[in-house]
Amino acid sequence: MVSIWFFIGISLAVNGALILGAGIYQLVIPPADPGVVLFHLHANVWWGAALLAIGLVYSFKFAPKRQS
Amino acid sequence: MTLLLAAEVPNRLVRLSPIDIVIVIFYFALVLSIGWYLRGRANTGEDFFMAGREMTAWVAGLSFLSANLGALELMGWAGSAYQYGILATHWYWIGAIPAMLFLALVMMPFYYISKTHSVPGYLKLRFGESSRALSAVSFAFMTVLMSGVNMFAMAKVMQIVLGWDINFSIWVSSVTVAIYVTLGGLRSAIFNEVLQFFLIWAGALLIPILGLYEAGGWTNLKVLITQRASEQYIHMWSGLGSFSNNPMGINWVGIVFGLGAVISMGYWTTDFLVVQRILAAKDIRSAEMAPIIGAGFKMFVPIIVILPGLLGLAVLPEKLVPESVAVATGGHSYNDVLPLMLARYCGPGLLGLGVTALIAGFMSGMAGNVSAFTTVWTYDIYRPFINRTGSDHHYVNMGRWTTVIGVLISVGTAYLVMQFASIMDYVQALFSFFIAPLFGTVVLGMLWKRATGAGGFWGLLCGTLSSIGMWAWVKIDPSALRYVALSPHAKGLAQDMFQALWSFVVCVIVTVTVSLATKPMADGQLIGLVYGLTKVPSVGDVPLYQKPLFWAAIVTVVFFVLNIIFW
Repeated sequence: MVSIWFFIGISLAVNGALILGAGIYQLVIPPADPGVVLFHLHANVWWGAALLAIGLVYSFKFAPKRQS
Repeated sequence: MTLLLAAEVPNRLVRLSPIDIVIVIFYFALVLSIGWYLRGRANTGEDFFMAGREMTAWVAGLSFLSANLGALELMGWAGSAYQYGILATHWYWIGAIPAMLFLALVMMPFYYISKTHSVPGYLKLRFGESSRALSAVSFAFMTVLMSGVNMFAMAKVMQIVLGWDINFSIWVSSVTVAIYVTLGGLRSAIFNEVLQFFLIWAGALLIPILGLYEAGGWTNLKVLITQRASEQYIHMWSGLGSFSNNPMGINWVGIVFGLGAVISMGYWTTDFLVVQRILAAKDIRSAEMAPIIGAGFKMFVPIIVILPGLLGLAVLPEKLVPESVAVATGGHSYNDVLPLMLARYCGPGLLGLGVTALIAGFMSGMAGNVSAFTTVWTYDIYRPFINRTGSDHHYVNMGRWTTVIGVLISVGTAYLVMQFASIMDYVQALFSFFIAPLFGTVVLGMLWKRATGAGGFWGLLCGTLSSIGMWAWVKIDPSALRYVALSPHAKGLAQDMFQALWSFVVCVIVTVTVSLATKPMADGQLIGLVYGLTKVPSVGDVPLYQKPLFWAAIVTVVFFVLNIIFW
């Protein structure tokens, strides 16, 4: 059976990739009005990258083919 | 779709960008996929209602915690932290940790070894059908109503935060929950709860990180809070010497004995919504470890719930107000603090994840209530009282239909609450009537073999009636709180604590008295159900770090250290 941890890995990886993508886009083309406090920290870049990394680790470690 | 999603609600707190909407849609697609994938593993009663009893300690433990970690609680307690300060943390520490450890080390062996499928099922084995019936009917009724209350609360939050149409939120969430629980049963609910746990941390942890950065660190945060509110907002225990010395109007007796010893024990050890997740563990060691794992993580949940509320007090430019004032003036209420902090720090993508975490919290709460309702209805009401001779396949079908009907009843309740908002308070009051007496009944049943069937039933009934009586008394005459809480300075929250304490005491006294006046049960009837007649398998010759007691000790030490640090 596919492990729950694989689904969690997929969820974190996909969300992380989307957030990282949005962050890189805003880094390259900064919005006129960021709308958030501490925009200069570019939290979506490093947080998205962290989620993507953790998600990939879980997805790979608990991938169905590896488990079987 | 755009019109449904983005109704022009004045003052909606956030606006989702396209990437945020993709993240939300991905979540719905994922939970439905999990339900679809698991549909082939929910064809027997054991699989559908008990997830095959094969959950590992980690899965059972995270699900156990997550079933309680609903978005209503996240937002509500962040709001309470804004309103009352760090005192709100008590509901996460003394109001949970001792009870979770007690469940793990003392009660879980009896629940697990008895092979019961539910808490009412244990009562039937221990005290007989009348106790089971009382507990099952009240639980089934309450839990499906709570599901509806949660559903309405979610729809209301989505309307305020995002501008979504209430009907859209209610129907999309309920249909999604109905599909994945009907298909995959408890296993699907558990999988999604573990997923929700990770999403909540992924979506909410950034708020305290960025908030502490903005506030200049914890020390400076305390200075800001003291300036904007009072010094009592940053002390957990030093202001509890008297009711009038702290923002909540409670005292340490209520916190320790009402909240810590009774309310939390009642909830964490007998509420079937959470206990069901532990009963699905694969063996006794996993069943003992699961609540300990849950307790370990529970201690850190204040980071994403209480700390945002405190940070909101320090950094938000506008002052938040009670709900009634917010509605009258168009301002923001205490409960808006978490979405406001989310909007403050989270740009595109991060906002979507934060909103998804809230939605996931609401939906897993609904799924948890519905799956618990389905099990109790099928095994504790339908099978024993309506149809004893059905096949396993028949009961599984009953479970699937009950899931759908349970969701529809929840939807109905949500619409009822929309018309009569005070119903929410009544449903929550209903919940509080049963919890403390049920704990008294179950714990006496597990630890005292002299407790008889009649004692168990009358103790539960009298404890419940006393709780209803105290609630009604204070409702009719609010000044009666001074008698219930033994002080003229007690405020509203003290009522819950002292009502629970006294109803527990009544339950115990009646149970003991009636038991001593009735014929003892034969030892043969109690094997596997009560202390002294239950052989608990040893964990075996394993290293110390694999023993539940070792980890319970670690959690206990951390618990005390945290309480001292934040004294």
